[in-house]
Amino acid sequence: MPPVTEQAAGAIQTTLGTPTLPAIVFFLIIVAITLAITYWAAKRTKTTKEFYAAGRSVSAFQNGLALSGDYMSAASFLGIAGMVALKGYDGMIYAVGWLVGWPALMFLIAEPLRNLGKFTFADVVAFRLKQTPVRIASAIGGILTVLFYTIAQMVGSGSLIKLMFGIPYEYAEIMVGCIMLAYVLFGGMLATTWVQIIKAVMLLCGVTVMMFMVLAKFNFNPGDLYAAVSTQYGQAALEPGGLITSPIDAISLGLALMFGLLGLPHILQRFFTVPDAKAARISVLFATGFIGYFYIIIPIVGFGAAALIGREVIINIDKGGNMAAPLLAEFLGGTPFLGFIAAVAFATILAVVAGLTLAAASSFSHDIYVHVIKKGNATEQEEMRASKIATLLFGIVAVGLGILFKGQNVAFMVGLAFAIACSANFPALILSIFWKKFTTAGAVWAILTGAFLAVGLIIISPTVWVDVFKNPKGSELFALKNPAIVSMTASFLVGYIVSLLTKDETAAQKFEDEKLRTYLGVGSE
Amino acid sequence: MQKDVHSLLESSEFKSLVAKRAKISILLTMLLFVSYYGFVLLIGYNKPFLAQKLDEATATTLGIPMAVGVILASWLLTVIYVIWANAIYDPEVKRLRAKLFGK
Repeated sequence: MPPVTEQAAGAIQTTLGTPTLPAIVFFLIIVAITLAITYWAAKRTKTTKEFYAAGRSVSAFQNGLALSGDYMSAASFLGIAGMVALKGYDGMIYAVGWLVGWPALMFLIAEPLRNLGKFTFADVVAFRLKQTPVRIASAIGGILTVLFYTIAQMVGSGSLIKLMFGIPYEYAEIMVGCIMLAYVLFGGMLATTWVQIIKAVMLLCGVTVMMFMVLAKFNFNPGDLYAAVSTQYGQAALEPGGLITSPIDAISLGLALMFGLLGLPHILQRFFTVPDAKAARISVLFATGFIGYFYIIIPIVGFGAAALIGREVIINIDKGGNMAAPLLAEFLGGTPFLGFIAAVAFATILAVVAGLTLAAASSFSHDIYVHVIKKGNATEQEEMRASKIATLLFGIVAVGLGILFKGQNVAFMVGLAFAIACSANFPALILSIFWKKFTTAGAVWAILTGAFLAVGLIIISPTVWVDVFKNPKGSELFALKNPAIVSMTASFLVGYIVSLLTKDETAAQKFEDEKLRTYLGVGSE
Repeated sequence: MQKDVHSLLESSEFKSLVAKRAKISILLTMLLFVSYYGFVLLIGYNKPFLAQKLDEATATTLGIPMAVGVILASWLLTVIYVIWANAIYDPEVKRLRAKLFGK
């Protein structure tokens, strides 16, 4: 027998949206700890190897946690919990898609990436190709990916902080920008890594406690929880609904999620922080475990919110359902637990934005400044200065764009970032590692084709054409919601054809060295 | 050194190492595809299958354990890869490196 739930729509009192004492205390504790770590890390961040790659001193277990911290965004924590609460089983289908890229990352590129790279994924793409054109193209793909991802994160974080703490949107943006800049500017990758580790541990503990508290209300039997959901909202809540209507649409989105991960610059950069290929491999094992666990737990939190809080109350606070998890936290553990979960969500935002900023700055300073402008002849000091200037500039741009896009529908930008990552960055990366005949022209054309097709097709797809530009339904020129299946295939084809049509003798000659390094790690940094 | 490198890369041992790694990478990626896209296509083409209840007394649908199963299967594939790489790939790399550096 499922217990009688205390759901009473409208009667639930919430302190959500007002800065309560516990929320402020938890928030200050997190900021104090992370800034103390930044101070400690700053003393160990003097060289470029330390700034970009934490001196390659991060262990596999630490990197596994940091990867999870870099990947599990506020959108997946609050968004998926809300989606399960409001839409039921569809939210669960959606959650599964976010995990399946991780094994592919391990099987295809984690180890070669670690063996070949120095600081950025462009190091790997350009390993045996002509530096200037390939670095510029890779930087375009990488920075576009990071930029769209950052806009989505910043806009989301401004609204979330406003909802949870009642701080005005603009102040929230500036606050996130300043704290995050402190981590990256002074503590580089080492501080960013620890912020991500702390965030991952707090998030995993937070959702675990929530899961136990939810299950405690249902005799520790998930079946009772599902029964309660079914009683209140009908059996449809536990069945696949409208999320997947067209299988080809679902496959295209699946490809973007799976292979987009293999082209996310901030994720790829984390592999240069571990000592060797074995550590790279094992860090993915840990990351997949943590992230998989998280996506198994989150639906229980979402269903718990639906059963114990009620959909109506959740929608009243936020139409998108983003406050399902915080509301549930307050219901289960009162204001202190809400304060804790709100602080966790805040730390989540900081950790992800810090990782993105570091990746963008590395691309500007290491790829563009050092290898294109300085032709590889920059001193250590010059590169460090460039990286800090790039960090500062990107931080300001991120805050500016966050404020500029206030209130806009930016949900599509995460899908766009994954589409560019899988269409521009991933094909060039994998062809450069594994295909001897890949040429400089092939790489440049593959990246540009993928990037521009991904952006162009998503604009004329229902995702932007109808949902953002408000054109009538059916007037879109491209039917798929995510273009990955077309743009990624096109990028591979163009890379293949252009490489066959052009000659790059240096690239072919250097392939032996590359192979030795890819498979045996000989000469790896 | 460069000559040694060339002969090592041309050796049957190195080639078989590369082939073994390619084989296991592709095999595991295929299994990942089958499990995830199988799940997605099942939702696309046969919703009633996932909507059926586990048994008469429960509300739990088959889709719920299947979603959890896809996540668990993905993780298990990474475990398989790590076991393979630790047990077979790493020792072989160590041996070939020793050969190259004459140790």
